[in-house]
Amino acid sequence: MAKPKDVLLDPIFNRNPIGLQILGICSALAVTSKMSTVVAMCLAVIFVITGSNVAVSLIRRQIPANIRIIVEITIIATLVIIVDQFLQAFAFSISKQLSIFVGLIITNCIVLGRAEAFAMKNPPGLSFLDGIGNGLGYSLVLLLVGFCRELFGSGKLLGYTILPTTNEGGWYLPNGLMLLPPSAFFIIGLLIWALRTWKTDQIEEEN
Amino acid sequence: MEHYLDILIRSIFIENMALAFFLGMCTFLAVSKKVDTAIGLGVAVIVVQTITVPANNLIYRYFLKEGGLSWLGLGDVDLTFIGLICYIGVIAAMVQILEMVLDRYVPALYTALGIFLPLITVNCAILGVSLFMLNKQGFGFLESLIFGFGSGIGWLVAIVLMAGIREQIKEDKIPAGLRGSGITLIVTGIIALAFIAFSGMIK
Repeated sequence: MAKPKDVLLDPIFNRNPIGLQILGICSALAVTSKMSTVVAMCLAVIFVITGSNVAVSLIRRQIPANIRIIVEITIIATLVIIVDQFLQAFAFSISKQLSIFVGLIITNCIVLGRAEAFAMKNPPGLSFLDGIGNGLGYSLVLLLVGFCRELFGSGKLLGYTILPTTNEGGWYLPNGLMLLPPSAFFIIGLLIWALRTWKTDQIEEEN
Repeated sequence: MEHYLDILIRSIFIENMALAFFLGMCTFLAVSKKVDTAIGLGVAVIVVQTITVPANNLIYRYFLKEGGLSWLGLGDVDLTFIGLICYIGVIAAMVQILEMVLDRYVPALYTALGIFLPLITVNCAILGVSLFMLNKQGFGFLESLIFGFGSGIGWLVAIVLMAGIREQIKEDKIPAGLRGSGITLIVTGIIALAFIAFSGMIK
């Protein structure tokens, strides 16, 4: 049986869902051009992944094996609807900016992947920690990407000016590429390179 | 006619699901090692998109939308809040039905698509296109059909391009840490940059 501490901390660096398994980047990359949307997205994903892990783990003995995917997806979709309604009620402008990407948390491979790979086999307590850990691992990568894109793309962080840009009388010439979608691919690619230079056991075999 | 052509071109090149909105990235990165399998998955995506997007369009307009149930005499019922669960349900059901139909009538295609069909249920591109379609106001049945089909084609183009490039760079000397997923992401970024050039095609 895995130790609770490892279950919580392993997904952050050693088995990062984005860095090692390249899961869940679908709905994530498009929201990273600003830190405020990144933070909202991270909180939403942590909530959904933890909730679905606990719920699936609680009823794991009752779910018939051949319809388990549908049961898991229904649980996840229910949690996502709660998040979506909550954002629309209390943070409408963020909900508008995230647009369809809140709904796409349903098909975020990390959430379904953890429910399937971990919560179906482990008790609720451990599944809870696993959900938090994976949510944090995912958030860490997203926050790093959002940090680079907003700082170098518009000279701001969370809307506050850090590097005064030239068209506002400052000295920093913003890098327009950072605001475009492809920059997220480059940043994540380079992050993976950095992570694997540090943790050399994650390097893929030559094929 | 021009209106429909506009939707088609836009969904294939300008609003490419994989390269402009990062949808379906998990499968995109995992299944783009060989051109053959990439084509198989791309075709499966086209078929499923062309069925589910119009289906979700009908579900939204005749069941969920405020006033949509007026044909049942329930004019003031607004069910949009359970939308997400319905759309994913429709997608899962459609994929299941398609699987059974193919298995019964076109077994060759069924074996060719193999495990890709069930995987498609959790491909964000499928749900994403349905949600995008509902975000665009005033899409009727025909528009959503073309939009779904075009998005599928766009996704096929992207994944086949990617698979072709990956077959080529497999032999190259790549820094150890970048091998595999790292270099794939960077290549995807470069292709995505190239696709930005299409954005001026339609005003």
